[in-house]
This record gives sequence, C-alpha cells and structure tokens, in this order.
Amino acid sequence: MSTTSKQTVVIAVEKKKRKYYLIPTYIAVVFYVLFLGFPFIWMFSTSLKTPYELLQLHPSLIPDGFYWQNYIDIIEKRGLINSAKNSFVIAILTAVLTTVFTVPAAYAIARLRKVFSGVATGWILISQVFPVSLVIIPLFMAVRRIGLLDTIWGLVLVYLVASLPFALWMLKGYVSSIPVDLEEAGAMDGASSFQILVRIVFPLLVPGIVATALFTFLNSWNEFFFALVLIQSPENETLPLTLARFMGSEGQVLLGPLAAGAFLATIPSLVIFGIMQRKLASGLLAGAVKG
Amino acid sequence: MSNTAVKDVKLKKAKKSGKAKLYNRGAWIYALPAFIPLVLLSVVPLSQAVWTAFTDSVAGFDVKVSFIGFENFRRLAGDTLFWQSFKIGIIWAVSVTFLALFLGFGLALLLNQKLRFLGLMRVLSLVPWAMPPVVVAIMWSLLLRPQSGPIVDLFTALHIPGAKTDWLGDFNTALPTVILIGAWVGMPVITVSILAALQGIPTEMVEAAIIDGANAWKRFRYITLPAIRAITSALIALNIIWNFSSFGLVFVLTAGGPGGKTFVPALFAYNEAFKYGNFGYAASMGVVMALAIVGMLSIYLRATKKEDTQR
Repeated sequence: MSTTSKQTVVIAVEKKKRKYYLIPTYIAVVFYVLFLGFPFIWMFSTSLKTPYELLQLHPSLIPDGFYWQNYIDIIEKRGLINSAKNSFVIAILTAVLTTVFTVPAAYAIARLRKVFSGVATGWILISQVFPVSLVIIPLFMAVRRIGLLDTIWGLVLVYLVASLPFALWMLKGYVSSIPVDLEEAGAMDGASSFQILVRIVFPLLVPGIVATALFTFLNSWNEFFFALVLIQSPENETLPLTLARFMGSEGQVLLGPLAAGAFLATIPSLVIFGIMQRKLASGLLAGAVKG
Repeated sequence: MSNTAVKDVKLKKAKKSGKAKLYNRGAWIYALPAFIPLVLLSVVPLSQAVWTAFTDSVAGFDVKVSFIGFENFRRLAGDTLFWQSFKIGIIWAVSVTFLALFLGFGLALLLNQKLRFLGLMRVLSLVPWAMPPVVVAIMWSLLLRPQSGPIVDLFTALHIPGAKTDWLGDFNTALPTVILIGAWVGMPVITVSILAALQGIPTEMVEAAIIDGANAWKRFRYITLPAIRAITSALIALNIIWNFSSFGLVFVLTAGGPGGKTFVPALFAYNEAFKYGNFGYAASMGVVMALAIVGMLSIYLRATKKEDTQR
C-alpha cells in the first residue's frame, strides 16, 4: 500500500518537472502553427479581399470585410464548376476501378508466400522506383493509339496505371494483418475458397479498402502532370489544370479569384483527411511494416 | 467450449496433413482476373518504358524505332549536365526527407502531449497533405514574391538580414527554399505515422521507467526511440523514393532555375522527353535513376538490418 503511494508521488513529481519544459514547448507550438498555418490563412484572407485591397503595397492579414465576389467570379466565369466535376468523376472512377482490381490480387499476393508473391512485390517496388514521368511515354502513345487522348477515360486509364501498384501494396498490408487462423477455421467448416474470400476476408478488409479507395481518390483529385500531358481541350480540364492555367495567364492580376479557387480545391481533401487521418497513415505504411 | 476445442484439434491435424493449406492453393484462380488488367495496365507500360531506353525512339507519328543496345547509356555516361542534375536530385531527396522527418517527429512529440491548442494543431498538421500540389506551388510562389510578397514584408518588419532576397530566384537560396517547401509538403505523412507509433507506447511502461529512476533523456532513448524505429526506417525509404523521382513542386516553383540550381533529374528527364522529344534517351535516364534508388535503398536497408542484429 505504502509502496504504491510512494510510486504515485514519484510519478507526480516527475510530471511536475514538466513545467520547466513548458516554455520551449510552447515556442515550438508557435513555430509549427505559423509554419503550417500562415500560408493557408494568408490564402484564405487573400480570397476575401477586394481588388483595391489587394493592390495595397503592404496588405494586412485581416481583410477589411468579406468580399465573396472572388468566389462567385471563379465559379461562374472561370469554368471551375466544370473542371471540378471532371476531377470528381475521374477520381471516383479511378478509386472504384483500382479497388475492384486490387482487392483479389492483394489477397493472392499476401497469402501465397511463394515465388509468385516475391515477383509481385518486387515489381510493385520497381514501379514505385521508376520515374512516373517516363512511364507516361508508352502510356501516351498507347492512349493515343486507342483514341482516348484528351478524354476523361484516357486519364482514368492512366491514373489506374499510376495507382495500382501502391494500392496493391497498401491492401497487401491489410490482408497480412488478418490472422490466417480465421480462414483456416473457415476451411475446416467446409467453406470454399471463394466463400472464405467473400464471407471472412472481405468484411475484415473493409477499413483497409476504404482507406485505399480514399487515398486513390485524393491522388487523382490532386494529380497534375498526367492531366497536363493528356488533356488539351478546356472542357475536359481537371481542377489543378484550370488553376495552373489561371495562375499562368492572369493570376498575378486576379489574385483574389485565384486564391478563392485554390482554397475551394483544398476543401474536399481536407474534409476526407480530417475524418480519416489515423487510418490513412497507418494504411500507407501497413505494407511496409507488416511486410 | 468443447466445440472450439474439437475444432482446434481438427485444425492442428489438418495443418499437419497440409489439408488447411489446401484451400489456399485454389485462391490464385480468383486473383487471375485481377492480374490481367494489372499486367496490361502496369507491367506492360513499365516494361515498355524500360525497353524504350534501349531504342532510338523520338517523338512524332510513324517514326521508325530501332534497337540500339546500350548506346543511350554510353551517351548518358558522358553527359555532365545530367550528372550535375543527378547530384542535385540526391541532395534534394535526402535533405527533404530528413528535414521533413526532423520537423514531423518534433510535431508528433508535441501532439502526443497534453497541450492547449491541440485540436487546432492537429487540423493544421494535415493542411499541407490535403492541399493539391498545384495549389501548394501557387501559394508558395505568391507568398515568396520578391517585391511585395508577405514573407518579404514579414522579414523586413522583423529586420531579418537579407529580408529582401528573391528566395526562389537567387542562386544561393533557390535550392534550400525549395527543399524547405518540399519538407512542408512531406511533413504530415511522417507526423501522423510517428504519432500513431508514439500513442502505441503503453503508459504503464513510461511510469515504470520513472519509478526505476530513468530521467527524461533515458526514457526518450530507451522507450520512445525503439517504439518508432520500424516506422521511421519505412518512412525514410519511402520518402527518398518519392522525392527522388518527383519534380512537380520544382517544376511549378522554379522550373529548374535559376541557372539549373534546382534542376532535379526527374525534371531533366521530363524535359528531354516532352520538350525535346528524345524518348529513348529520356527513358535511359529513368532506368539509371531507378537503379540509383535501388542501390541507395539496399545500402540503407542493409545498414538498418545490421543494426537490428547487433541489438
């Protein structure tokens, strides 16, 4: 009894010592808040400023008022709605197709630990290592040959190529974390391998599938270079393309609408990340840590 | 209860006779439909890209392509511009990775404590990750505008020497600035992953260490560090791969300039292919870069493995 109370005292004393660390800790907090938050807040503030305010030589961080016209401008006049729609359709299609293709394959790779699995893993690694900007050469030629250049489907195809290896890797990690005993028990009860996959593995894999799909969605939503190479007509543009074009042509002049568009483009990802942060991060590295 | 026991016995028997493993043998048939698109969409283009490195392929319709063996590589070996860019690429990848690791680790340690503004920090820590890279590049180039950008204003107000520097346009500051922005982008993945590992440390363990008289440094050294070892080596390897072959940020921020100071090899290869149309030559650069990463990683992995066995 007395030893436990002694221990509590020791712990309490040690915790009190922490007070000395408080000042440097909060200095670090301020640094991080500024480093991470300032650019974002500055962009939001810029998106609410009138053209006159933006012309001031030394603008303040807090806008004079809420000037929503920038948002109306970028949405109505710059075709942002259409590019957002394109980006959304492309990202959804990519995420769904990637998931459909990778789930069974990931299962096979994770469970068949033989030559086959080794080859598959090696290839996943190589595809991560090889600069994507060069895989685009044969892809570009293939997409042109089948007549999908400058189409949404052509871009979906290319995004599939880009996202399959990593999605496979992520999912493989999730499959490995499901105990094989469960499946063996299922086999003992006379379930066929297809039943095992659908009834036992699939339900346990749902969180991993959701994380993989969201990750793929965000990557396609944000992607810029493949779109730059493959899309030519404005009506097929994705959101990053429209923003970049806007930045290049008149962004320095029309800072307000540009900031508004950039802010709007960030919101979907921020919401998804806010909800999924823990899961996404552990998923990203599931393949790495669990082998 | 007896039911499970029976099952256990059954299972053990089955395992011995290899019966339980048998169901696995058929599994690849279900995976086959998945591998066909995988092979078509990933293995084929990748192999084609590697094959291109051994040809004289150039841009344009109906150009005859012929196999030229290692000619591209021979030419590349003497291409001093590429090797200069290669050096910049290694500096870029390694610095971004370790700076992001350092900053992300610090942030994870902070987020793991009971502090005020924790909720705000958590949301903020995700912002760079959630932001589309194009938006990141646009935003930073606006922030760093040489004449009237807010950062120049801020530094001038704080009387920081050299406040008026054109951070992205100056020979000396361009690469460090781009590296800092790269670390800003790379921080969140690292922060969230390390934080997850830190939160896996049982509090009883820390309390026991306190009772045994371990000071803060010792607790950090013998509890915190081992807990994040595995995740950290995975993060280092992944980030070096990603950063070495990425060039989006550099492309938008500086386009390789000023004077080639930020000309990373991925951008070099991209220009060679899409600006000058030398597909074959560009592909050979890709192959060399891939080999370099594999080399670096195998050295790194061997080193971490050695450390593990010494423990």
